[in-house]
Amino acid sequence: MSEIALDHIHFPHSHLLGIEGLSQDVISLLLDRAESFVEHNRQTDNKLSSLSGRTIINLFFEDSTRTRTSFELAGKQLGGNVINMSVATSSVKKGETLIDTAMTLNAMHPDVLVVRHNDSGAVQLLSEKVNCAVINAGDGRHEHPTQALLDALTIRRRKGRIAGLLVAICGDIAHSRVARSNIHLLNTMGAEVRLIAPKTLIPSGIEGMGVQVFNDMNEGLKDCDIVMMLRLQTERMRGGFFPSIREYFHFFGLDYDKLANAREDALIMHPGPMNRGVEIASEVADDIGRSAIREQVEMGVAVRMACLELLTLSAPKGDGS
Amino acid sequence: MSRVAYINARLLDPASGLDCYGALLSEGETVIDFGPDAVAPEDAEIIDCKGLCLIPGLVDIRVQLREPGDEHKGTLGSDGRSATAGGVTSMVCLPNTKPVIDDMSVLEFVARRARKLGLAKVYPYGAVTKGLEGEELAEIGLLSESGALAFTDGIKAVSDARIMRRALSYASNFGHMIIQHPEDPSLSKGGVMNSGETATRLGLSGIPREAEIIMVERDIRLSEMTGGRLHFAHISTGEAINVIRKAKARGVNITCDTAPPYFALNETAVGEYRTFAKLSPPLRDDEDRLAVIEGLKDGAIDAIASDHAPQDEESKRLPFAQAAFGGVGLETLLAITLELYHNDYLDLLSTLRLITCAPAELLGLKAGRLEKGSAADLTLIDPDRGWKIDGRNLLSISRNSPFDGHPVQGMVFRTVVDGRTVFELET
Repeated sequence: MSEIALDHIHFPHSHLLGIEGLSQDVISLLLDRAESFVEHNRQTDNKLSSLSGRTIINLFFEDSTRTRTSFELAGKQLGGNVINMSVATSSVKKGETLIDTAMTLNAMHPDVLVVRHNDSGAVQLLSEKVNCAVINAGDGRHEHPTQALLDALTIRRRKGRIAGLLVAICGDIAHSRVARSNIHLLNTMGAEVRLIAPKTLIPSGIEGMGVQVFNDMNEGLKDCDIVMMLRLQTERMRGGFFPSIREYFHFFGLDYDKLANAREDALIMHPGPMNRGVEIASEVADDIGRSAIREQVEMGVAVRMACLELLTLSAPKGDGS
Repeated sequence: MSRVAYINARLLDPASGLDCYGALLSEGETVIDFGPDAVAPEDAEIIDCKGLCLIPGLVDIRVQLREPGDEHKGTLGSDGRSATAGGVTSMVCLPNTKPVIDDMSVLEFVARRARKLGLAKVYPYGAVTKGLEGEELAEIGLLSESGALAFTDGIKAVSDARIMRRALSYASNFGHMIIQHPEDPSLSKGGVMNSGETATRLGLSGIPREAEIIMVERDIRLSEMTGGRLHFAHISTGEAINVIRKAKARGVNITCDTAPPYFALNETAVGEYRTFAKLSPPLRDDEDRLAVIEGLKDGAIDAIASDHAPQDEESKRLPFAQAAFGGVGLETLLAITLELYHNDYLDLLSTLRLITCAPAELLGLKAGRLEKGSAADLTLIDPDRGWKIDGRNLLSISRNSPFDGHPVQGMVFRTVVDGRTVFELET
């Protein structure tokens, strides 16, 4: 495949910190661009060079294998130099490390910083201190924009559209940045969003983000086109949000019985890593006909290529001034 | 003794309702005469007020000082200068210094250092519990003898009902009240801003309004049970005000104050993770803000205090969840409070009352009023003069103002403590 022409494309943001605030056009632009990489990535000889000479630093303050690897591969596919930095987070002086690390890395003149941090807003704070493009790879429970984009691309390829679909996001909404980014994206693109979770995992005031809340799986899944399961983030849970895993799975784990309420062709999604037998039954997760979970991972690389490319090429090469 | 005559002044005294043009005379540390007919003696130093308002020096009953212990955030000198620049002549400080003011020696240290500096007068509160740990009563009687005006665990609630009951009961032996930071820590735990849609959108843990309401309700019961006098600091929710209003109506011995952020700002000030707007209690929604104004109007809320909480850049330039709570307020107390007047919620004297004689009366302080024979603690202001709050120009070491960038009206031209000018606006 030849290099894709970029001349007429304008990306109006200098960072990708979240989905909130992105227009339908910008989201479509990113998805279209990502779409064009999908087929290309499936070929054997698939190196591109649009990011050659550019440096991408993956700065992860929180453990991640999947997202980091996905960004790394995306950067390399485009011919960029990718450096991975995992910053051990001492519990006491995290913030100092954040700003100090940002300043240090900034002095190395990277083109893109891909940042994950366990505090909401930390990536934005960092973006204010550096003069390169910043991509949010997940901040606390705030946003995870590339996950929402890859989910959207998966949906669009499978269903041919996003507008008008009925999407249920189920599980640990309270601690989920994936849920928040998806709510913004799906609403912007014209889908209808339902949230299904026990009341203890529904954060207050979330109806104001344009969603319908259900506390019963069977009721909430009725006629849904897409069922997005979330990982139960036990590491972020302080105190009892529900009595036991057994009880949680009984009422909120996705199995075939509950799934029967959704449309027959409903697509099952999960951002990974899955807790099998906790939020999703293994046989449902592995159902090739209905589960798009593996495809989501593939779309992840394409979407991140699009984000890296558009952010890098729409900005002038920074001279670190 | 040196005499000073402040002439051509508009004399405003909220305590007596005086509002007239005239002069005020002081001799040494004391006011000796004032009024339309007061005449300057020949040997007096003349200060021409040029028609500006001469009011009693402001009394701020909730200030956190960082000396001793955190001098990099603020010293008695820097916050003293901040106070006088804000027209504050008396301030009452919380015991959350390091070491804690749960011991007479620390109380006396703070009082002595402040006296030596000769800026705004500093009156310390004593701790309710040793080390502010909420477990054992501090030496309330001895602290009271050394000059503690009242007792509080500062920015921490006395959360154990049994300790609170005993504190109310014991402090009343000495005629002192307990000041509660009303926030149930088991409900507010981990929270960093007001619970609701904004917090959810930003992915921040919320502090529900009920954390305040429940603590207010509980403590009112304990006050009734013990007869102990109780004061709630920085009330921020409409429902807590309703509860207080009802309790006052049935004669419970309680009072409360609020701070400027709670009637001048709401949670949208947090915007995109502005840590200067991270306060404790958190900024609430606009309905609560309006309820606070209503409470100030009908007297459910007795006074306004700045809730001055200096935090250095290192404690604020952090991800929101990790950043420290609090904002500086001494230099903006007057101007933000005057918004109540400029927005037609209260007349000028009623507005000034909330930051002069009203807070002084709560603590039995002889301050906050113009009176012959009392200390010449005075502030010369133009209530209408506009300016823009700019953190960089604040005199405190810490510049964490939640009002940074706000245009306001009400400027301090001169501050006088015990007859000495301790601040004069450079013109």
